[in-house]
Amino acid sequence: MLIVTAVTVVKTRSLFAIVALSGVFSLLSALLFITWDAVDVAFTEAAVGAGISTVLMLGTLALTSRAEKESAKSNLLPLFAVVLAGAVMFYGTLDMPEFGSPETPVQTHVGPDYLKRIPDDIHVPNAVTAILASYRGYDTLGETAVVFAAGIGVLMLIGGLRRRRINDDDKNSSDTKDTT
Amino acid sequence: MDIFTTEFILGHLNYWLFIILMMTGLYIVISKGNLVKKIVGLNIFQTSVFMFYISMGKVSGGTAPIFPLDGVYDPSVAYSNPLPHVLILTAIVVGIATTSLGLALIIRIREEYHSIEEEHITILEDTVFRTENLPLDGKGGSI
Repeated sequence: MLIVTAVTVVKTRSLFAIVALSGVFSLLSALLFITWDAVDVAFTEAAVGAGISTVLMLGTLALTSRAEKESAKSNLLPLFAVVLAGAVMFYGTLDMPEFGSPETPVQTHVGPDYLKRIPDDIHVPNAVTAILASYRGYDTLGETAVVFAAGIGVLMLIGGLRRRRINDDDKNSSDTKDTT
Repeated sequence: MDIFTTEFILGHLNYWLFIILMMTGLYIVISKGNLVKKIVGLNIFQTSVFMFYISMGKVSGGTAPIFPLDGVYDPSVAYSNPLPHVLILTAIVVGIATTSLGLALIIRIREEYHSIEEEHITILEDTVFRTENLPLDGKGGSI
């Protein structure tokens, strides 16, 4: 289903439909995260991916245009590059451990250690919360810094929108006055 | 080849699905001219990487890494690895930050060029560049 959604995004031209489909895609991936025991990730993805980012994109569409124009570019070169990269990655997966196996390096390295220590160290039942806020607290601090920087960037980029529009109108009207 | 048994294929099918999704996203990014569509492609790409991470943390028969309320760790219960979950939580939030920045850039581009199509913008850029660098006195441009 995820793949069908993604391929439809490639084919569709209406940007409105594309944004809706990207929301559907996020929601489906959230369901997938739940089946893989990542409940925290699932609800973050549902809220952020399907919620906020859809709203942001719809806002962008309201300020720009609704439909994609026909492109004259050739699709062969990108297709070739994509298939090549996919083939290389496919070759890489042949050495990967089987899905769900408990003997992978991911499962045998620090993960079990965290799980063992959390009840005594943090006293928080949810291991994800404990790691996020305590063991990996600096990561979360950095993440907050990134979000803050992005927020400032967005404000600087579109903050003066209305002011600039008014200025433009003033300029235009004074121009017409000059010509008349 | 003897590695292509049913077991092997079932154990690696998830990776191949991510590769297909990821490549679909990449294809959208490099072949489509519309900037909003490019951002959606980037999101698909990103989400497929998230799925890859989460699937690596999954243990068969495991459960979500949340302990019972008495807070006792029971080694006989298999928990999925919480570490990839933490990483991806951070990545999702950073992802929305970059997406919003990209969308803000699109709005600015639209304001400046009155278009969100890459080809149209390139043509406009070329025209602006040529008119700005017209030879003034026949001796060359004024860069």
